[in-house]
Amino acid sequence: MNAPTIGVLALQGDVREHIRVIGDLGARALEVRRAADLAQVDGLIIPGGESTAISVLLGSSDVLEPLRRRLAEGMPTLGTCAGMILLAAEVIDGRPDQERLAALDITVRRNAFGRQVDSFETDLDIAGLDGPPLHAVFIRAPLVERVGPGVEVLARVAGRDGAARPVVCRQGPVLVAAFHPELAGDTRLHQLFLDVVAQAGDAETGPVSAASAPHQQ
Amino acid sequence: MAAMAPSDTPRRTGTDLVKRGLAEMLRGGVIMDVVNADEAKVAEDAGAVAVMALERVPADIRRDGGVARMSDPALIEGIKAAVTIPVMAKARIGHFAEAQVLQSLGVDYIDESEVLTPADEVNHIDKWSFAAPFVCGATNLGEALRRISEGAAMIRSKGEAGTGDIKEAVRHLRAILGDIRRITQADSAELYGWAKQLQAPVTLVAELAETGQLPVPLFCAGGIATPSDAALVMQLGAEACFVGSGIFKSSDPARFARAIVEATTHYRDAEIVAKVSRGLGEAMRGQESGSVETKLSQRGW
Repeated sequence: MNAPTIGVLALQGDVREHIRVIGDLGARALEVRRAADLAQVDGLIIPGGESTAISVLLGSSDVLEPLRRRLAEGMPTLGTCAGMILLAAEVIDGRPDQERLAALDITVRRNAFGRQVDSFETDLDIAGLDGPPLHAVFIRAPLVERVGPGVEVLARVAGRDGAARPVVCRQGPVLVAAFHPELAGDTRLHQLFLDVVAQAGDAETGPVSAASAPHQQ
Repeated sequence: MAAMAPSDTPRRTGTDLVKRGLAEMLRGGVIMDVVNADEAKVAEDAGAVAVMALERVPADIRRDGGVARMSDPALIEGIKAAVTIPVMAKARIGHFAEAQVLQSLGVDYIDESEVLTPADEVNHIDKWSFAAPFVCGATNLGEALRRISEGAAMIRSKGEAGTGDIKEAVRHLRAILGDIRRITQADSAELYGWAKQLQAPVTLVAELAETGQLPVPLFCAGGIATPSDAALVMQLGAEACFVGSGIFKSSDPARFARAIVEATTHYRDAEIVAKVSRGLGEAMRGQESGSVETKLSQRGW
C-alpha cells in the first residue's frame, strides 16, 4: 500500500499537532472540513478540542452523514479526548443534543477528573506498545465508565474514586484515547493507528467491517 | 508485555504542557464573553469552546467608566454551574490576589486583562507560581514574549476591546506575526539586536527564530463583531477568536454567536462565511477605535 492519506477532522481543536505527527510518520495528512475532503481519506483522526463545539459544527456541516456511513463501513478511526467522546456510544455529563457517532460500544464520562487545575501528565503502560511507558497528557479528560463486548481495553488509570478505568480502547478499526498522544512527542499510538489503516488497506476486498477487523497484536 | 494494571506513576498537575495544552484544545474555536448563566448557555449552544465570565462586557465597562475589577465569585460560580465548557475569568494586570481567588474558584483560564483597570503600573503577575493557566494580551511581539517569559500559556491580541472595530486587532496580529517572519530571516548575531529591540529574553527570540512560531497559541481578541471579522483574523494567522461585546451587543446574539463559530472554522471558505452572514441582523453598533477616550490597549508593560 502506498503512503495512506489520513484525514484530521478540522472543525475545531488541536488539528495541527496530529497533522505534524502523521507527517513525521510518513503518511499524508489532510484537514477534513467538508464531505469532499472525507472522500479522499483512508483513515480519520478526530482530535482533541471541545466535544460540544465539534458536535455543533458537525451538525451543520456536510461531513456528518458521510462520516456516519464511513464509520459503519469500518473506516479506521482514531479519537483523542474530545474525539473519544464523539466516537462513544454513550456520554455522561455531556449535552443531551451532543452528536454520538457510536463507533465503539463504550460509555464515556466528560471532564471525569475535574477542572483544568486537575489536568495532569503521567506515564502510562499501554498493552501492545513496545518500549517504555507512553507519556500521556490528560487535559479536562474523559474516562471510560463502561465497555461493551468486543471492546479491548489497552490502558487504565485511576479515576477520582480511585477505581481503575479504561483510557485507551479499541473496537475493530476504531482506537480511542482519553489523553493527547499528539502533544507529548511520542508517536507510538499514532503508529499503531497507521498499522490499523495499513491492515484495512491490505484487506482490499472492500471496507473492513467493525466486527470482523483483525486485531493488532 | 505492557502491564494492564492502573498506572501508579506520579501525576504532575499545573505543568507547562498541561497549561499550554488546554490552549491547544481551544484552537479554531470561539471564546465568548458572558455576564450571566443564560448568556453562557446561549454561548455553549452556539458552539463556543469556552466562556469568559464577567460582570460587564467591555463596551459597558467603557460606557460606565470607574474602576473595573475582578467579577463577583458568585457570578463566576453561577456561570461555571451552567455550562460544561471551560470557564475563564479576568484579573487586573498585576493583581495576583485576584488571580489567587480565581484559581481557588477552579476557573479554567485566567485572563490578566487590560480591560480591567490595572493594579500595578510596573509588574505583571508572576504566572509561573500558579497551577491555573493564564492568557495575556499583547500589541506587539515584545509584549507577547515578555508575557510568555512571565508564564503566560496563551497570547491574544489586545485589539481595542468594546469598540467593535477590528482595526487595532489587525494591527497587533500583523505586528506580532510580521516580526516573527522577520526574525526567522535573521542571522544568529542579529538575534541579540532583536532581543534588545523587543525588550524580550534572547532565549525566547532564539526559539522563535528556530520554530517560526510563538511557543504558545496566538488568539485574536478586541473588536471582532461579524463572521467576516473572524474569517479575516483567522486568515491573518490567529488560531482562535475571543468575542466580547460583539455577540451580546448585536441584534440577535444566538445567531451572531453561531455565525461567528461557523466562520471561525470555515474561515477560508467564503461561501460558508457568506451563508452565515446572510440576513444576520445588526452587528454591535461600535465606535471607531481612533475616537475612544481610553485606549485599553495601551495598558500593560
